[in-house]
Amino acid sequence: MDALALEAAGGKKVANGAAVAAPLPPPAPVKRKPAKKAKKAVVFFEVEILDAKTKDKLCFLDKVEPNATIGEIKSMFHKSHPQWYPARQSIRLDPKGKSLKDEDVLQHLPVGTTATFYFRDLGAQISWVTVFLTEYTGPLVIYLMFYFRVPFIYAPKYDFTTSKHWVVHLACMCHSFHYVKRLLETLFVHRFSHGTMPLRNIFKNCTYYWGFAAWMAYYINHPLYTPPIYGEQQIRLALIIFLFCQIGNFSIHIALRNLRPPGSKTRKIPYPTKNPFTWIFLLVSCPNYTYELGSWLGFTVMTQCLPVAFFTLVGFIQMTVWAKGKHRSYLKEFRDYPPLRSPILPFIL
Amino acid sequence: LSIAADSHCKYIHTNLKFFAMTILRFFFTLLSRWLVIAVGLVRAYLARGSYHGLYYSIEKPLNVCPLCHIPGIVPSSVVLTGFQVMSRVFLTWAVTHSVREVQSEDSVLLFVTAWTVTEIIRYSFYTFSLLNHLPYLIKWARYTFFIVLYPMGVTGELLTIYAALPYVQKTGLYSVTLPNKYNFSFDYYTFLILIMISYIPLFPQLYFHMIRQRKKVLGHVEDYSKVE
Repeated sequence: MDALALEAAGGKKVANGAAVAAPLPPPAPVKRKPAKKAKKAVVFFEVEILDAKTKDKLCFLDKVEPNATIGEIKSMFHKSHPQWYPARQSIRLDPKGKSLKDEDVLQHLPVGTTATFYFRDLGAQISWVTVFLTEYTGPLVIYLMFYFRVPFIYAPKYDFTTSKHWVVHLACMCHSFHYVKRLLETLFVHRFSHGTMPLRNIFKNCTYYWGFAAWMAYYINHPLYTPPIYGEQQIRLALIIFLFCQIGNFSIHIALRNLRPPGSKTRKIPYPTKNPFTWIFLLVSCPNYTYELGSWLGFTVMTQCLPVAFFTLVGFIQMTVWAKGKHRSYLKEFRDYPPLRSPILPFIL
Repeated sequence: LSIAADSHCKYIHTNLKFFAMTILRFFFTLLSRWLVIAVGLVRAYLARGSYHGLYYSIEKPLNVCPLCHIPGIVPSSVVLTGFQVMSRVFLTWAVTHSVREVQSEDSVLLFVTAWTVTEIIRYSFYTFSLLNHLPYLIKWARYTFFIVLYPMGVTGELLTIYAALPYVQKTGLYSVTLPNKYNFSFDYYTFLILIMISYIPLFPQLYFHMIRQRKKVLGHVEDYSKVE
C-alpha cells in the first residue's frame, strides 16, 4: 500500500550487521568493466555459489573484484543460470541466514578470499510498481462500472441510469479521487526499497482490492440505496474528515519521499516538517496509515454502508500489523528513536 | 548444585505430568460424549423400531460436541482441525438446528453416524497415545475407516444442506434484504449453495491428505515386514 509497507513487508531483509560506514558503490547492479589496470597488487576473490537446500555447487566465479557488490555477483550468476534473474536470487552467507543486500560489498563481508554463498530461488518475481498499478486501477474501473450501472449488475430497467441521491455522486468522486491519487503516488512519489515481490502476491492483492471495491460499489450505487440518516450534516462532516485525511496522507508520503535521495535505499527517522499535517509524527510512527484509516472512516460515515465498514476494519487490521512491524524495525535500528511515538494510533496502538 | 537441578527437573516433570493428565482427562471426556451419542442412537432405534426421529434423542450432546474440539489441544494441524470444527458447527447449528424440517431426514442420520464413529476412534486414539499404550488396531482403524466414513459424512452433509434449501428460500431464514439503513444484504440461500460448491475443491484436498497420512503412518509397517 505504501512506501512504509514495503519496509514492513520486507522486514526480514533488515540491515544485516551494523550500518556500513564505508562509502558504498551505487546500488544498481550495473556491470562495470574495470577501467584502469590496478598498479598495486589486487587480491582477487573467488566466489562459489551453492544451493541452500541441496548444497550442490551451482556456480564458480574466479577473479572477482574485492569491491564487487552482491548485486554484481547476482548479475554474473544470472549469466550462467539465465532462468534465475537477479531479482529472484537470494544470496546468503548461511543456508538458513538472512539474505544479503545488493549493496553489500564483497570485501566487507566476513568471508575469506574464497567466498562461499548459498543461493535460494525466491520464485517468479513481479515489480512493486506493476502490482500497485494493477491493484489500484481495478477498484477505479470497477466502481465506475457500478456507478454507471452497466448492464447485468442490477435489474435491466436500471441500466445506465444514475442515482437520485447526490451523496452517491459525491461518494463516486471521493472513491475515484482516492485511487487516482494512489496511482499518481505510485508513479511519481513513492521510493521503493525493494524492486520486486513474489508473483503470487498480485493475485492475492488484486482479489482483495477488486473484490472489496465491487462489494462496496454494488451497495452504494444500488437503486435501493438508503442515504445517511442524519442527512446533509452527516455527509458534510464525513467529507471534511475524508479530505483532511487525504491531504494528510499525501503530506506524509511527500515527507517520506524527501527523507530519501533519489535512487537510494537509506532509512532515516521521519520528523515533523513545516507542514502541519506532518506534526502527527510526534505521536505516531506510521501516520500515513493513521490518515488512511481516517479517510476510510470518513467514507464509511459518508455512505453509511456496512460493507464499507468491513473494508475499513480489515484494512485497519492489516495496517496495524504493518505499522507494528515498521515501529519495531525503527526501534531496532535507531537508538535515539523518539519514545513518545506509537505505531499507528496515538497512545493507543 | 546438582541437587537443585534435580529438584528443578522434578518440578517441571510433575507439572508436565499434571498438564498431560489434564489433556488426557479432556480427551476421555470427549470420547465419552461421543459414546453417549452412539449409545443414544442405538437405544432410540431399538425403542422406536425405525431410525426416523433419532435426531431428537441426541440433539443436545451433538450440538455441544463440535464446540469442544478446540484446535491446538488436539494433536493435529490447527488449520485442518479448525476447518473441521467450523464445518461441524455450521452443520449442527446453522443448518440442522435452524431448519426444523430437515431434522427427520435420513441424511442427518448419515452424517451423525459417520461423525460419531470417526470421533470415537479418534479420541480413543488420542487417549491411548497419551497413555503410551496404543493398540495397533486403533491406529489402523483411525487411518482406514475414514476411507468410507469421510465420503459418507460428506454425502450426509451435502444432502442435508440440499434438503434445507427450499425451506430457507421460502422463509428467508438468516437473510437481509434491501433497502435498509445499513445498505447491506445477505442471501442465506445463495450462501448455502456456495458452501455446497466449496465442497468440490475442498473435499478432495482433505481426503487425499488423509490418504497420504495413511501411507506415511501405516506404510512403514509394511516396509519393516518386507525387510524381515
